[in-house]
Amino acid sequence: MLILQILVNGLVLGGLYACIAAGFSLVWGVLNIINILYGSFIIIGSYVAYFTYNYLGIHPFLSVTIAAVVLFVFGYLIQAGIINRVVAAPVLTTLTLTFGLELLLNNSLLVAFTADYRKVILENPLGILDMGGIIVPLDKLATMALALLLTGLLYWVLNASRIGRGIVAVRMDREAAALMGVKVKQIYAITFGLGAVMAGVAGSVMSVIFPISPLNNIVFLSKAFVICVLGGLGSVTGAMVGGLTLGVIESFGGLIFGPEHAMTLSFILLILLLIFRPTGIMGKKGYE
Amino acid sequence: MRRLLLGLALIFMLVLPLWGNNYIIRLTTMMILYSVLSLSWNFIGGFTGYPSFATASFFGLGAYAGAISQLHGVPMYLAWIIGGLVAAVFAAALGLAILHLKGHYFAIASLVVAEVLREIVNSWTDLTGGGMGLNLPILRLDVDVQARLFYYSMFGLAIMTIIAASYVSNRRLGFGLRCIKQNEDAANMIGINTTIYKTSAFVLSAVFVGYAGAFYASWVNYIEPGDVFDILLSVKPIVMVLLGSAGTVVGPVVGAVIFLFLEEMVWRNFLTFHVGVLGLLVVCLILYLPDGLLAVDFRRFIHLKGSR
Repeated sequence: MLILQILVNGLVLGGLYACIAAGFSLVWGVLNIINILYGSFIIIGSYVAYFTYNYLGIHPFLSVTIAAVVLFVFGYLIQAGIINRVVAAPVLTTLTLTFGLELLLNNSLLVAFTADYRKVILENPLGILDMGGIIVPLDKLATMALALLLTGLLYWVLNASRIGRGIVAVRMDREAAALMGVKVKQIYAITFGLGAVMAGVAGSVMSVIFPISPLNNIVFLSKAFVICVLGGLGSVTGAMVGGLTLGVIESFGGLIFGPEHAMTLSFILLILLLIFRPTGIMGKKGYE
Repeated sequence: MRRLLLGLALIFMLVLPLWGNNYIIRLTTMMILYSVLSLSWNFIGGFTGYPSFATASFFGLGAYAGAISQLHGVPMYLAWIIGGLVAAVFAAALGLAILHLKGHYFAIASLVVAEVLREIVNSWTDLTGGGMGLNLPILRLDVDVQARLFYYSMFGLAIMTIIAASYVSNRRLGFGLRCIKQNEDAANMIGINTTIYKTSAFVLSAVFVGYAGAFYASWVNYIEPGDVFDILLSVKPIVMVLLGSAGTVVGPVVGAVIFLFLEEMVWRNFLTFHVGVLGLLVVCLILYLPDGLLAVDFRRFIHLKGSR
């Protein structure tokens, strides 16, 4: 029974993780850029949810749309204005650049919102679902469902829309895509914007469950890393598989080693994976 | 001309403690420490082109190795050497494990190692004092004498690092590392044992940093995990090297000096926003000065002025 309960907890958590990682994986896969800003993007999304709920009374599940718009614009501008200038440079350059941007952004968030932990406390919680002894708070379940839905939406955008096909084309072969008339730099900016959108909506829905503070950026960022390495790079399916796997592993790890070591556990897992199987458990590059 | 400048700089550094007050001496000691960090990172990042974020691991490991040995009665200087050796051995093992990774994967792996080490140190309370940190034995020496002692010790280490860097730069090893930076497969083809070369560079980038970490522990008398495994310790040397010029011997030192100068200005004026200003510096550096200060042709400016 305990095992089942922990499995369910892990899957609920994993749904959120999938949503966190999808955008990160997209940017990494298409632009070959590690977006160190990602953790702070998630936090901005959470703040959007927090403030729209507390001052305008909009439920976090609805304010995802606001978070999406805000972060798309923000992400698009950062890529089009700054990162696009060095996008083809070696790894060290782009990595250091996003790191610098992250120092700037996160410090601004700290100054603007202080380091206080805030949380969206819903006035009418949905209650608890009891399935023969396995207990799941309905808010959490709804959050997970929404997160998975949004991840699915990204999958649909990439596969069915014109822009999505452009993104996939650039990911597969930049030069060929450019010859076919795809505006590569614009696709980069849109991709980065979409990545930011995924961060924002993840942060927005998560605000119901996790406390919000600018200090959380490293936690989210490292989760995204681990999931990408677990599931393989650049595909939405990979992010799903990686996210759910990490959620389950963390739940069981928390049971065995104590919840305070969950983070260390995922880091050790990351290093081991990188040493022995850098292509992820799926084992292939995903060009969906 | 260049020799004369170097000689003058050397003499300046040697006589500085004779007239400087303790603030100046402390600041220059920090500057030399930064130079050691940036010169060390340059072995793996500048020569070899591997984006290593492992400096914080080596520094923290050296600091704790030195501090723990000192607490168990090892003399201070010996403890510093132990710090360097521990970091070097760790780097050799880590290098063999992760140097086959490329690009982002290597960067992340090296970044995460510091986090894991910090967690281990945090949890291993019996040995490391956990989050409480460690207090080191205080030297029974006059404050002024202490400041100068640490200054000259650090200066000696920096000279050793510079000698190592110029030796590597002019010899076979440096040549091989530059080949690896340009094209690793081709380097492998022409008979460079890339594994050994890369691991040597990684060890070189660790040994002086570990020594510096142990030195730092004795210098400030107190260390805690969040301080010596700070991620910024990995980032700052990279910024310094990029500020100077990657893959040269003088570049990292120039970068470290300028960096400390900027930091000292920034730290004072932006108390709550100093990390943000550092970030701004990094962004401007990457966008407007991608090859570092040494790559800028300053004569061009003079020439332009003259022609008008």
